[in-house]
Amino acid sequence: MEINIDQIVYWEWEFIKLNATLVYSWAVMVVLVSVSWFVSRDLTEGTGISRKQALIESLVVVIQKQIEETTQEKTDRYLPFIGTLFLFILVSNLISVIPGVYSPTASLSTTAALAISVFVAVPIFGITSRGVKSYFHNYVKPTPLMLPFNIIGELSRTLALAVRLFGNIMSGSLIVAILLSLSPLFFPVVMQAFGLLIGVIQAYVFAILALVYIASASRIHNTEETDSTEIINPQSK
Amino acid sequence: MESISIIGMVSIITAGVTIAVGSIAPAIGEGKALAQALLAIAQQPDEIPTITRTLFVGLAMVESTAIYCFVVALILIFANPFWNYVIQV
Repeated sequence: MEINIDQIVYWEWEFIKLNATLVYSWAVMVVLVSVSWFVSRDLTEGTGISRKQALIESLVVVIQKQIEETTQEKTDRYLPFIGTLFLFILVSNLISVIPGVYSPTASLSTTAALAISVFVAVPIFGITSRGVKSYFHNYVKPTPLMLPFNIIGELSRTLALAVRLFGNIMSGSLIVAILLSLSPLFFPVVMQAFGLLIGVIQAYVFAILALVYIASASRIHNTEETDSTEIINPQSK
Repeated sequence: MESISIIGMVSIITAGVTIAVGSIAPAIGEGKALAQALLAIAQQPDEIPTITRTLFVGLAMVESTAIYCFVVALILIFANPFWNYVIQV
């Protein structure tokens, strides 16, 4: 039972360490890249598409539709970033059902890196779509008095994003490990299946929250109208 | 009582209290959210996809408070800095 999978070191040379987090996130990357390469090297148009292309296309369309429904705008700008986040987290969460494989998202380092990439992406998307002045003007709304709170909100939601994913995935594998010593026959399987559900939901939640943060930062006419798509007020977390 | 047993006792009791209190409040919140969502689905069955999506995201956000408490409890039990310090000395 390992609390911190960063401490499982496979190979070490001076200050370079290859721990489980690195190895398995590289494995996830290799899987994702090779599957995408394998599918996308002979793409065709029209009705006679191959089965593997149909599979990936349906996946992309689902992500596209979710993005469209959440942001209420027809745009492909968010698809690469949000889709990559979703697929990477999804595969990392689900990989832990293979015996002996740890999911890289069960380490705080991976989730912190993902959350930081969202933290960096928010101003990049915001500035490219609204301009520098308009974006930073958002921080002093409604009054300049709120500036520190807006900044704290930005930082704390990044922390929340990281700890939420880490806590959910790590607790899932930990509970299985504890149950294994209590009732090793049947119950861990049920919890493992439950962990699959949690993994999918958390990947979805992470992607949707990242999307909501980015979309709310890059919305051009930021008037007082209450937007029904804004599921969670991005400043509150 | 020497400090090593005090730290051990306080850590374990606090971890238990943390997870107990930290599971009550999110449970109430999630129950309320779920009840409202079911009510909304019963009134507007056409809006099931939107309601379900919002419900899942909202539940995950509510649940994250419980997860924070769980992480703190785990730190207290398995990675307690004070305990490590006492062990070292």
